Amino acid sequence: MVEGRAITGATASLKRRVISGVLALLLVGGAVAALAAFAYGRAAARESYDRLLLGAANDIAEAISIQNGAPVVDLPVAAFQLLALAPDDRIYYSVRGPGGAVLTGATGALPNPTPTASPSFFDAKMADENARFVTLARRFAERSFSGTVTVTVGQTLRARTEMALGLTRDALIAAAIGGIALLALAVLVIDRAMRPLIRIADQLAGRDPHDLTPMDAAVPAEVAVMVGAMNRFMARLDRQVAAMRNLISDTAHQLRTPVAALRVQAELASAEEDDARREQILTRLQRRTRSLGELLDQMLSRALVVHRTDAARRVELDLRDVALDVIESRDHELVAPNREVVLEIGDEAVMVMADTLSLTEALRNLLGNALKHGAGRVRVGASREGARACLWVEDSGPGPSAEVLERIGERFEKTAASVGQSAGLGLSIARAVAQAFGGELVLAATAQGFRAVISLPAEQEQR
Amino acid sequence: MTRFAILVSALIAAALPAMAQQDGPEARARFGPADGPAMVLRSTTDITVLGPTLEDFTARNPGIAVDYEQWGSNALYDISQRECEAGQSRADAVLSSAVHQMVDLVNRGCAGSYRSTASAGLPAARRWRDQLWGVTQEPAVIIYNTHLVPPQDVPHTRFALLDLMRRAEGRYQGKIATYEIEASGLGYLFAFEDSLEASTFGALMEGFSRADAVATCCSAEIIKGVSQGEYAIAYNVLGSYVNARRDPNVGVVWPQDYTLMLSRGYMIPKSAGQASAAQRLLDFLLSPRGQEDLRTAGLLLNGEPEDSATPASALHTIAISPVLLVALDRQKRAQFIARWRAAFGR
Repeated sequence: MVEGRAITGATASLKRRVISGVLALLLVGGAVAALAAFAYGRAAARESYDRLLLGAANDIAEAISIQNGAPVVDLPVAAFQLLALAPDDRIYYSVRGPGGAVLTGATGALPNPTPTASPSFFDAKMADENARFVTLARRFAERSFSGTVTVTVGQTLRARTEMALGLTRDALIAAAIGGIALLALAVLVIDRAMRPLIRIADQLAGRDPHDLTPMDAAVPAEVAVMVGAMNRFMARLDRQVAAMRNLISDTAHQLRTPVAALRVQAELASAEEDDARREQILTRLQRRTRSLGELLDQMLSRALVVHRTDAARRVELDLRDVALDVIESRDHELVAPNREVVLEIGDEAVMVMADTLSLTEALRNLLGNALKHGAGRVRVGASREGARACLWVEDSGPGPSAEVLERIGERFEKTAASVGQSAGLGLSIARAVAQAFGGELVLAATAQGFRAVISLPAEQEQR
Repeated sequence: MTRFAILVSALIAAALPAMAQQDGPEARARFGPADGPAMVLRSTTDITVLGPTLEDFTARNPGIAVDYEQWGSNALYDISQRECEAGQSRADAVLSSAVHQMVDLVNRGCAGSYRSTASAGLPAARRWRDQLWGVTQEPAVIIYNTHLVPPQDVPHTRFALLDLMRRAEGRYQGKIATYEIEASGLGYLFAFEDSLEASTFGALMEGFSRADAVATCCSAEIIKGVSQGEYAIAYNVLGSYVNARRDPNVGVVWPQDYTLMLSRGYMIPKSAGQASAAQRLLDFLLSPRGQEDLRTAGLLLNGEPEDSATPASALHTIAISPVLLVALDRQKRAQFIARWRAAFGR
């Protein structure tokens, strides 16, 4: 199933999302900057051209002198050169004596007949065109003339508008260049940040479907979580596939011999004419069949345990409950009705992080072994020993020989299989369970007999 | 019709132009097809000078006829102002040498806007607001009678002219002429520009006063006077009119200290009925072909000054800008004319 990366149902790519987010941010920022720049440009243009206007009005006011008892204006060219700095704007000027008598310049009504202050700026129309005006007053107190002369100067707004727009445009050009640079940088950064993801995607796409080895974990922390989860998942899958493969091969191996033996016995039985001997063969056949059934039970239980230790959630549990459960189920009375089985547990809880079913199965197998191969009274118990939590079974016999002990706990034992018995398998289950929960299986002779212990790291009891 | 009636109508016909000179066009002419509507062009330029250019224009733009009216500058300014205030312009285009008056008309909001590649290509000093365009370039020159003025006396600068006027022997006493600035809008404009240009102007006035200079009206009369020996030297004469005559008795000097360059102002009134024809005429006048026509007519003398000693940097175009409004100011003009009168002893 080596597919491309285009998976239906996938939402928009992260890269596109981030880039469109950055773009939207820049656009909003640009709009705000444009408004701000225009407001600023207008204020700046108004301020600078108001100064020109006032300068020109002052020049004209300075040029007023009293000659023969009347104010006379020697209109200064400089004032108009100043106003001509706004090259395309029309000019209004009017100089009025006391009582509004026109001395020079425009006649007719003033755009703002009653100036409130000196100088006073105001907006008004100049022949259908918006314009800005300033009025200022100059007082004369001379022997021959006394009174106020007002100077009104106005100018249309072309240069102001142009300046405001020019400032806005310049600001926007700068902002646009900055924005584009920022966007390019963002694309670059995002591309770099996304690279590990793309590499992982490429690795996954190019991976052999049967390859369950862990992926390269040299990735950023955020992605490492994902890769870690995936690696754990693959490892479990790998273990389970391996377990399944083992189970199948074990089962095939274990069953081949007994089933062949059964077939031979059955053939013998059908060919036997002597009733007594046929009876004898049938009895053997029966025993073999039962033993085969037990073997199958154990193999299934082992497969179950191996599966559970991998898949089941670990919970906090008390080993005393496990021991109690096994004793109270009274399965051992079916196997060995005449044997004495004793439960030995203390007051103190023996807590571990594990799976109840797996531990129960392991303990049941150890108990079965003790009943089958051990001797005398069998004791089952759970106890804390330092930092270890122990679940144990002890019989009063001498235990298996050193040679057997050495081989014991392998996945299966040829001897056990060949005789249709399963001590090895039981031990192997117990060992697998112990190891799955971070512990070990300890087999040792004691003063009373032989003891099998599932020793796990103890969990601090939480109160 | 009786002989009496014929005589009366002849008298009326003779009297009409003389009356018209006061408040109407001095002359009229029509270019292009005789029938049908025509755009009205009012100008201060002589029909004979601008005629060939307009012939060329109408020949290249069939369907457009031009009614040409020749006006005196002050009368043209008055009627344009009146028509502007009435909001009804009979003229579709106005072309005047008194550019300060044209600037004032535009400043009053009387002009319509137009922009084309040709008009936008004009230098800044020759256009204003896309409403007024300087289509010609004509120098203000000093002319002299070649018989009365020996070569060593020919004034190539204003300083030389001053020296000439200060001479004691009185050879040029009463023989120097210039425009009467009260009667001639152009003369006033030149004198005003002179007053802005350099400190020589005060000395010049004083010189005119000492030499009993004559202030008189009209380019044609001044040039004729110089040609016939009535005047030896005339100051600030429009070079294009001198050139048009090609008179061997008249020598021309482009003052080397600075030569004022006049650019006639072309304006399309806001209420013009045939603005598009007026715009085409403007584009034609600014086109290479139109400029060639104007050059032939002597209205475009920016190329190589005939007196090649005048450097190009000495050519001062009278900038079409609101600064010219100062020239029109009532009190400024009164003060200026009072000063002028004092110099000429009126």
